[in-house]
Amino acid sequence: MLRKIRVAAAIVAFSLVTLLFLDFTGTIQAWFGFMAKIQFLPAILAMNVIVVLGLLLLTLLVGRVYCSVICPMGVFQDIVSWISAKRKGKKARFGYSPEKKVLRYAVLALFVVLMLVGLNEIAILIAPYSAYGRIANTLLAPIWAMGNNILASLAERADSYAFYTTDVWMKGLPTLIIAVVTLAVVSVLAWRNGRTWCNTICPVGTILGFASRYAIFRPVIDTNKCKDCGLCAKKCKAAAIDFKNHSIDYSRCVDCFDCLENCNSKAIDIKNRLKEKSTASASAEAQQNCQSQNVDAGRRGFLIGAGLLAAGVAKAQKDKKVDGGLATIIDKKVPERQTPILPAGSWTAEHFAQHCTGCQLCVSACPNGVLRPSSNLNTLMQPHMEYDRGYCRPECTRCSEVCPTGAIKPITKAEKSSIKIGTAVWHKQNCVVLTDGVECGNCARHCPNGAIVMVPSDPKNPESHMIPTINTERCIGCGACENLCPSRPYSAIHVEGTEQQREI
Amino acid sequence: MSEKDNNNIDRREFLKTAGAAAIASSAVLSACTGNSNNPQQTYKTTIPEPPTDKMTYRVNPKTNDKVSLLGFGMMRLPVKGGGSGRENKDAELDQEMINKQVDYAIEHGVNMFDTSPAYCQGRSEKATGIALHRYPRDKYFISTKLSNFNPATWSLESGKEMFNNSLKELQVDYVDFLLLHAIGGTSERPNAQGINEKLDSQQTLYARYIDNGLLDWLVGQQKAGKIKNLGFSYHGDIKMFDLLLKWQDEGKYHWDFVLIELNYLDWKHAREINPGNTNAEYLYAELEKRGIPALIMEPLLGGRLAKVPDFIFKKMKSRDPEHSIASWAMRYAGSPKGVLSVLSGMTYLENVKDNINTYAPLNPVSEEEKNFLEEVADDIVGLNTIPCNDCKYCMPCPYGIDIPAIFVHYNKCINEGNRPNNSQHPEYEKQRKAFLVGYDRSVPRLRQASHCVGCHQCEWHCPQKIKIAEEIQKVDKYVEDLKQGRL
Repeated sequence: MLRKIRVAAAIVAFSLVTLLFLDFTGTIQAWFGFMAKIQFLPAILAMNVIVVLGLLLLTLLVGRVYCSVICPMGVFQDIVSWISAKRKGKKARFGYSPEKKVLRYAVLALFVVLMLVGLNEIAILIAPYSAYGRIANTLLAPIWAMGNNILASLAERADSYAFYTTDVWMKGLPTLIIAVVTLAVVSVLAWRNGRTWCNTICPVGTILGFASRYAIFRPVIDTNKCKDCGLCAKKCKAAAIDFKNHSIDYSRCVDCFDCLENCNSKAIDIKNRLKEKSTASASAEAQQNCQSQNVDAGRRGFLIGAGLLAAGVAKAQKDKKVDGGLATIIDKKVPERQTPILPAGSWTAEHFAQHCTGCQLCVSACPNGVLRPSSNLNTLMQPHMEYDRGYCRPECTRCSEVCPTGAIKPITKAEKSSIKIGTAVWHKQNCVVLTDGVECGNCARHCPNGAIVMVPSDPKNPESHMIPTINTERCIGCGACENLCPSRPYSAIHVEGTEQQREI
Repeated sequence: MSEKDNNNIDRREFLKTAGAAAIASSAVLSACTGNSNNPQQTYKTTIPEPPTDKMTYRVNPKTNDKVSLLGFGMMRLPVKGGGSGRENKDAELDQEMINKQVDYAIEHGVNMFDTSPAYCQGRSEKATGIALHRYPRDKYFISTKLSNFNPATWSLESGKEMFNNSLKELQVDYVDFLLLHAIGGTSERPNAQGINEKLDSQQTLYARYIDNGLLDWLVGQQKAGKIKNLGFSYHGDIKMFDLLLKWQDEGKYHWDFVLIELNYLDWKHAREINPGNTNAEYLYAELEKRGIPALIMEPLLGGRLAKVPDFIFKKMKSRDPEHSIASWAMRYAGSPKGVLSVLSGMTYLENVKDNINTYAPLNPVSEEEKNFLEEVADDIVGLNTIPCNDCKYCMPCPYGIDIPAIFVHYNKCINEGNRPNNSQHPEYEKQRKAFLVGYDRSVPRLRQASHCVGCHQCEWHCPQKIKIAEEIQKVDKYVEDLKQGRL
């Protein structure tokens, strides 16, 4: 029974977390966004004391239920392991192995150190929820979106507006590669040995192991009933049951309850530790230190000397033919930015780099094609903004709503309209007003803050075509100007990010 | 294109209803006469075919030719795979279908065919020639134009070449009607420095036809028998219309006919919709005064008078449930006695059939019906749709905007009640979704209104004199209002 409840709960939780990454309409996020926020590591980074204490207390009470139900990476491994068992036709394929304490603690220590010195981009490779997020975002979401697009084209034929088309595109190659490698490693480990990853590498597993070691309710083998058949050990995907000694390693047990279900002699049952006088050790060492974020200096090398923008404006100077036809449109290229642009609410690059675990949830949620994972080694997998496909629209605050780690702090639409995330810079050599001799002002028309003021290109001639000037005091860096600039492939106006976001 | 399809479906739907009505009435009739020995026979399931011998003809006072009131406009010819050759640049024209439609038209008494070197991206004349060449030359009249819009073709040599090429493409020795194309428009021409300078309507007229001696050459061609009737088509600045008629009054040139835009909306409302335009009432009166036959274009305003909003549809169908919405406008355009032929650009066989039904024979609109259509015109003006007929003369936009698609979508939403203007409206969310999702479907994002730079290069091409940049930016602002929830 317990096992069935566990499986059902795991399926629900796993589906919801996965859907968070797949749903680009924002509907699931509005209802079940909390599924990301109750993940352990993001909650620590967000300093969400209630969630962290809650999870630790839960673990202290009933063991690592978290790993079997809430953590999508845990459930994913169970799925792989289940398929493996089906394929191999072996129902009992595991066996006890002693805890590899040195490895576990060394990996955890390394993880904490890396996080503290600011080498998050390496540490987060093994953060379970984020690693799963990267898999879901880079590998599953495109398939989901393509499926949606098929439905959208069907809906269009039926004159229905139930589905709309969404863009499917590759957001970042390094992140995709990392996701594929992670998927391969975790799958192989799970295929062969169940929860190896959770009990040797996963830092969250190790931390929760400290608490679950002293869990109040835990499975216990009744030596009177046990027939020493060893079936439980063979069914234990955590390799935690030492049936010869009738002991279970609770730091590795993930509360899957498979042993309870499979014991033919009903020798394993959940017992209350407090009612057993023998082991009444005070077990309140559970509180793990929430990692406070030391500001560490001198971490990120600045990008120096970004070259001038290539000014290749290829304008289709066709003979004007009447009666139809469409001019070809060259794709926009991303300009080199000296400072990357981060979403409003990340406040400082430092804060952002130290809190973001690169789970890609914001990238999944961004409806404007702006957010994408960085390919820069210092900020690998962490999102940044580009305006070649869209711009940061004034009515949208989705990334700040979904971020589970507090890397992007929640902001309101009103706040967003005054948070400066960058500043627009005009490039005379690309501006169509000067290159094509036409009127334009599309940047000024779309600036949500009125930060672009059009002035005559020839100061002596007030009748001359107007060119844009940027009021940097008003510009918030949303990128409407850059995205909607007619100059292609490089815009005549681009946004430089800021190290320190501020309200203006 | 989708608008065209819908339009087409509308007509098809209509034909179904008409068929059903005919069935019902015949069933009733047979019941009354008690003559229902064989109910299967009277219960017809096919749509009645238009008659082949009832076409209304008008006589050309100059040549005494009998010209069919329905003129086949070869501007929206079908392409393989559906749609018309104007929006599908790369798709091959469906010559088989064109031949079939032309055969059908001729079989039903149509003998007037109108084309231009500019139509269907320059492919219309050839297709017209192929279709018509299969008939004796005296079975059909061809109208084509001297469409020298591009300043690069403003020399006399280029003009001659264009006319001779028309003869070659059409596989004929002479054309029946030749038009100076779109008199009254303005233009832009690169000056010595390569910067475009604007030419007003008179400068444009002189540059295209007068200063280069092209009009005089055409008059020569008429004397040589290569042109049977010489005239012009008019859009835009009324001063040019008046000027050309003044030349006739002074005996300088003679116009055998003039092509004007006439329909129940433009009769009295053209100026109201756009101060740069002139009411058809005036244009027609000026021609009638001089006894010049009128050819009519835009009888349906690019389909806008065939696809009307639901409340107008109901109003029109309540008066006459059996005929199509388009037939009202076609009857209106064909009713004035001085109209020689009404040119209607047809893409689908259903369009051809419906128009033949209307004109075989024509049932002229009564005074009372005119008043009714005047009421409908008031309703349409009150909608504040953008007066775009999807003629695509503005295209291609050098910045890639799909101008007509944006206007068509906007108008479609107005007509279907999907242009919400108040977020408190109970249907707001549904309408908003229909507008925005439909917008992305009708116009690719990079070709949407937000990318318009406002260079105004399109505007001098617009026969309706729409302030395109202004209207595009209006649509864009509305889209932003919807997206940002500012309504």
